Amino acid sequence: MSTSTVNVPVASPLTAGQRIAMHYFIAAMVLFLAQILFGMISGLQYLMPDVFYNQLDFNVTRMVHINAMIVWLLFGFIGSVYWLVEDEAKTELVGAKLALINFWILTTAVAVVVVVYLFVQVGPGELKSIWLINEGREYIEAPRWADIGIVVCVLVFFYNIAATFMKGTWSGISGVLVLDLVALAGIYCAGMYFTPNISVDQHWWWWVIHLWVEATWEVLVGCIMAWGLIQTLGASRKVVTTWLYIEVALMFGSGILGLGHHYFWIGTPEYWLSIGGFFSALEPIPLVAMVVHAVYDSGRHGFKSANHPALAWLIAHAFGNFFGAGVWGFMHTLPQINLYTHGTQWTASHGHLAFFGAYATINIAMIYIALQRVRGNVWMSGGLSDNGWKWKWSLGLLNGGVVGMTVALLIAGYDQSFVERALEGSTWSGYFQAQQSAWFMQAMNWRMVFGCMTTVGILLMFWDMLTIGTSETRGKQALAPLPE
Amino acid sequence: MNEVPWWSSETLWRKTAIWVTAFMAVVLIVLTFDTVRQITAGGERVPAYNVINQKIFYEVNSDRGYQVPRIGETSALFGNELNEADAEALVTLGKLTVQAKNCMNCHTLLGNGAYYAPDLTKAWLDPGWVNEDLREQLMVQFLMDPENNARTFGTGRRMPNLGITEKEAHGIVAFLKWMSSIDTNGFPRGFKPLEQEDGA
Repeated sequence: MSTSTVNVPVASPLTAGQRIAMHYFIAAMVLFLAQILFGMISGLQYLMPDVFYNQLDFNVTRMVHINAMIVWLLFGFIGSVYWLVEDEAKTELVGAKLALINFWILTTAVAVVVVVYLFVQVGPGELKSIWLINEGREYIEAPRWADIGIVVCVLVFFYNIAATFMKGTWSGISGVLVLDLVALAGIYCAGMYFTPNISVDQHWWWWVIHLWVEATWEVLVGCIMAWGLIQTLGASRKVVTTWLYIEVALMFGSGILGLGHHYFWIGTPEYWLSIGGFFSALEPIPLVAMVVHAVYDSGRHGFKSANHPALAWLIAHAFGNFFGAGVWGFMHTLPQINLYTHGTQWTASHGHLAFFGAYATINIAMIYIALQRVRGNVWMSGGLSDNGWKWKWSLGLLNGGVVGMTVALLIAGYDQSFVERALEGSTWSGYFQAQQSAWFMQAMNWRMVFGCMTTVGILLMFWDMLTIGTSETRGKQALAPLPE
Repeated sequence: MNEVPWWSSETLWRKTAIWVTAFMAVVLIVLTFDTVRQITAGGERVPAYNVINQKIFYEVNSDRGYQVPRIGETSALFGNELNEADAEALVTLGKLTVQAKNCMNCHTLLGNGAYYAPDLTKAWLDPGWVNEDLREQLMVQFLMDPENNARTFGTGRRMPNLGITEKEAHGIVAFLKWMSSIDTNGFPRGFKPLEQEDGA
């Protein structure tokens, strides 16, 4: 049985790593808002194509939408790692000043890239456009100068984390984390060159996109989840670490060759149809393990936790990851189905639920863990003074909004696969016929409605983040670890 | 009572994680060498850039059970037959322009990208270009002035003016023609290509 006591808050100043983490979290939330703003404009352009025509066209708004997402998730991950590193290594961060300089360089670079995206937008068909404006490759549009800057900043971050663990102590979580960061930084380099050959281009492009989001990012959030469960539930480190290893084995065991499900139709050999289909079908398995893990741990503690909002978001992560990345990915991963769904709104449906469910949720959970400390180790369990309505409603609105958008986009995807692909033979006229069909248009309207719901959820969440715990007089609920 | 069974021991799963990851990584690297060999331009699945000097068809291959590109008789692009180096330079200009104009955040190429505008994989073969005599001219006109040559099919979704020069437009058309010759394992399925005269 877990025991709990009510104390007065024992405020302690943030450590150097935690102060750096807060910088990243704040920047991440600003970018999250930018993601939603530009997502809403992109969604509106489906309904009203003349909105910002020739000024801020869909290719720009959508690029900012997806790039803001990638960068805020990365900022959230970096912030999360800075937040946990000293606790996990049981020592101080080795290069606090370096980390702060690194943050400002990275943030300034991101700001410059966004300004160029918005005000320069496109360039002539020359290499200098790729170096200075944008690379025109989905998700990794950042110009080459910024690519190099990102790699340097990630290496500085890596040095800081690895050196801190080397100075302090290693653990299962930190071992997996550091090795994963090496892979994460290394893989990014596969996306940094130009070739006229679109097949070769997309082959390596998928190394970055897939091996990030379906392998190394998943393992990274596995580490954060493991640490988060110890923090919020007082879960046994031994049990959590063993689960983490199982997840790594299953995740890399299925995800590395699962890369093959992107190699069905880009000119790559036919053997990828079998390899990609088989291994990507296995990819949901580790995600099931993660759900079992989170629910079992929470249930074992009678859903008592030191931080209710964080635990709720960790559980949202477990389910979101399983449904968004696992189920929604599996639905169209077999080549027999993917032949008709590839390049349709099915992918957009999967993308919305997967990125939110797998990654946005866990970053939000970490921010709530951080806020508890920032507000002075206050009570954030059940029975908050306002009954915690803000975090509960924002959780509901955000999850409901994203699920609503996902379902709407899936209906649009079904319609597109059927009308454009199956009936009309994928011609341009077939494409536009599908885009104008009643079900497609209805789905796009509903996507907008749920987009508004998501936006309200985010604004409410920001309000909650700014206020939660500010007038709390009770100390953090202490949880005794369960017996082994 | 407190003894951990072997199948749930931390050490076993740590070792398993390391071995599984290493094995899968090695398999991926081996397959990557073979894949890159097969998709290099001029290789088995991706034709050399000077394929733009020839007709390209997209036909059902009865052995494989789906449509694949077939290279036909000489049909020089814009009336100029190019050697391999010049063809590569033109396709390179096209690919650079496609990236610099951020086409992929509206269109899909080989099915990857955004879904706001049609897929470009077989754009060269699309029946929307009326016939093979008008195709090149219509494509260049559209790319250079999409506002006044809009092909919205009633949706109101127009391509923006991206400041594409005539030279760049030629490059894009060359790139699209070359891309349509890539063996994509039957994607897009059931495509209805533009009718072309076949001298074969």
